[in-house]
Amino acid sequence: MNETVKKHSKLGKDKWGYIFLIPFFVAFLVFSFWPLIQTIYFSFFDHYFSQTDFDYVNKFAGLKNYKELFTPETARLFFNTMVMWILGFIPQIVFSLLLASWFANNRLRIRGAGFFKAVIYLPNLIMAIAFGMMFFTMFSRGGPVHQICEAFGMSPEYDFFFHIGPTRSLVAFINFIMWFGNTTILLMAGIMGINESLFEAAEVDGASQFQVFRKITLPILKPILIYVLITSLIGGIQMYDVPEVVTKSSGMPMSKDIFSLNVPAAETVIMRLAKYISKSKNYGSAGALSVMLLFITGILSVVVYKFMVKDEE
Amino acid sequence: MKKVAKVLSLVLILVLTVGCFAACGKKDEAAQGKVLNIYCWNEEFKERVEKLYPGYTKDSSDSSKGKIGDVTVVWNITPNANNAYQNALDEALRKQKDAKADDKVDLFLIEADYALKYVEPSVSMSLADLGINVSKDLANQYKYTQDVVTDSKGNLKGASWQGCPAGLIYRTDIAEKVLGSSDVDIVQKAVKDWASFEATAAKMKEAGYAMVAGFDDSFRVFSNNVSSAWVDADKNVVVDKRIWDWVDQTKKFTDNGYNLKDSLWGEGPWKQGFFMDGTTFCYFGPAWFIDFCMNCDQPNSVGDAGKWHITVGPEGFFWGGTWVCAATGTDNSELVKDIILKMTADTDILVKLAQTFSDFVNDKPAMEKLAADSSIGNKYLGGQNLYGVLAEGANKISIKYASAYDQGCNENFQACMKEYFLGNATLDEAIEAFKVKIKTVYPDLKTDKIGR
Repeated sequence: MNETVKKHSKLGKDKWGYIFLIPFFVAFLVFSFWPLIQTIYFSFFDHYFSQTDFDYVNKFAGLKNYKELFTPETARLFFNTMVMWILGFIPQIVFSLLLASWFANNRLRIRGAGFFKAVIYLPNLIMAIAFGMMFFTMFSRGGPVHQICEAFGMSPEYDFFFHIGPTRSLVAFINFIMWFGNTTILLMAGIMGINESLFEAAEVDGASQFQVFRKITLPILKPILIYVLITSLIGGIQMYDVPEVVTKSSGMPMSKDIFSLNVPAAETVIMRLAKYISKSKNYGSAGALSVMLLFITGILSVVVYKFMVKDEE
Repeated sequence: MKKVAKVLSLVLILVLTVGCFAACGKKDEAAQGKVLNIYCWNEEFKERVEKLYPGYTKDSSDSSKGKIGDVTVVWNITPNANNAYQNALDEALRKQKDAKADDKVDLFLIEADYALKYVEPSVSMSLADLGINVSKDLANQYKYTQDVVTDSKGNLKGASWQGCPAGLIYRTDIAEKVLGSSDVDIVQKAVKDWASFEATAAKMKEAGYAMVAGFDDSFRVFSNNVSSAWVDADKNVVVDKRIWDWVDQTKKFTDNGYNLKDSLWGEGPWKQGFFMDGTTFCYFGPAWFIDFCMNCDQPNSVGDAGKWHITVGPEGFFWGGTWVCAATGTDNSELVKDIILKMTADTDILVKLAQTFSDFVNDKPAMEKLAADSSIGNKYLGGQNLYGVLAEGANKISIKYASAYDQGCNENFQACMKEYFLGNATLDEAIEAFKVKIKTVYPDLKTDKIGR
């Protein structure tokens, strides 16, 4: 008798867990899941706003939107996006690892560590668009950085945004500045989770700091590193606001590189998506591109999941 | 529980019947509605109506509302940024047929860059259908302001209270040094057509100045004077000969160093040219460009020194302006008609508009009177009365060819051609890039005919 009462009351409490989950699921269903279904649905349609008819065109198109996606053009968009992501991610991971191992290292006794941790995280609190605008103004002709470069002998005619290298690097640099603090904190959590006795044992055995880092920190940190890599990659694929602002939504300058196609060199996948929607609300083509992105990020997420589960085992 | 259900169903029935009565009540009344919905993107028109439309009273508690007689005026303001205004207007007009009388759009405002998008389809009403006699009631308006909002069948579908004729704004000190005089007639002779314009550009270069700052400064002058629209009847995108003229001239100017390789609204040399240490000889623009964009209120600016002057330039063109359109399906047609007539064609009100807001108003006799008034002088132009030059320009403008797709075509064409001017792409590559952009922005257009 007593036991059943206990069981019953336990169930009664469990109920609350589910009730508290309801708001999330309702919000998820309405604002994420339903739009997702609609996106997939529209990707099989010619669905856009025709300026001439002043109404939506809505015709079943089968796989047409997808076929149109498999072109060198789209490959170039992915290539642009990835180049700018890699350019930003390499310094990001190097700096973050360095900072995280310093901050997490008790022997270094860094003064004001809390202050610096806050400072490196600060750029992430500023909107990417504001960041983009600021850097655009600083580097454009007449801007402070440009004037400093002129003082060092650069031609006043030179415009950073007329050239591929500087434009892409600047986008990458802004992303790096914005995200290295976030990554540092993730990695720091990982490093602090490592059993202190391992470091002590290594010290007793006479291992150098670098050896400790390479042989203990890195291997144990691997799952977190992979998590950081993949989430950053997923974020990178969705790169939009910074290049949008820096190139004034044109994605220019144009360049010819490995695809020998001369197309905008700083136009990213999401910038193209935004263009589809901008004037004609072309949810058909935009939907197909979104579904493609969904697949890619889905696969990447599965990879993360596999590593995390393996780690737990 | 049952009780609750009973009460609930009772309430429901009540709500439904009241709603029905309300709807029935409306039908019995006169054809005119009680709410006037105006769609616009800023306060400009609102300020003017508040100040000058007879009988308009502001709502002291809600700035987005007002009253004309017993009709409530509702200002639906959506800012222009990111196409938000057009998106909001598109949705409202698309649902116009099914909207309740009080929610229907009655008046909406548009800009020239996308005017045809709303003028060509049936979403806007012909002014003649409103009961306006175009040739009589609107006779004082500048012809071009009517061209912009005339559909392909010849129906006038909007009206504006202002004109934005533009001219060539030049620096008098540079004109004196290079051309020997800053006199408007002499400078006009040096820029009277594009050949003279180029010859003057060469002289400027020799003297260490740039004719224009950017690539697209002169774009509007060419694109206002095309002989075919961006999109033909079969939805093919075609590039007019005059647009190619702009491409050729700008390429030549870029290669020869006649410009400073900047773009319109650039923060670099384009903006530097507004100050005395800049090296740009001229800009193309209307009156608002001088007043609000050339940094004339700042020390050491050319405007502050009063060293700008304005002349007609190689060709007539306009830049900007706002048009008022009546939405099809409006339930306030009488009031809509009266607002359009009073605000865009009533000489007394327009003269007051010119005095209060210093608009270049859409009334030929009024502007000619102002042009002849020697007491009017713009201090940024060293005391020159710009109305004369602008009125002369306004009469020269003729807009015959426009399409609903102009905005996207202009923007993307300029962005792609810039790469050709800079040498980042060949002309063919720039054209290919333009085709891709057009396909992305307007999926219903055909791009095969783009090319020289």
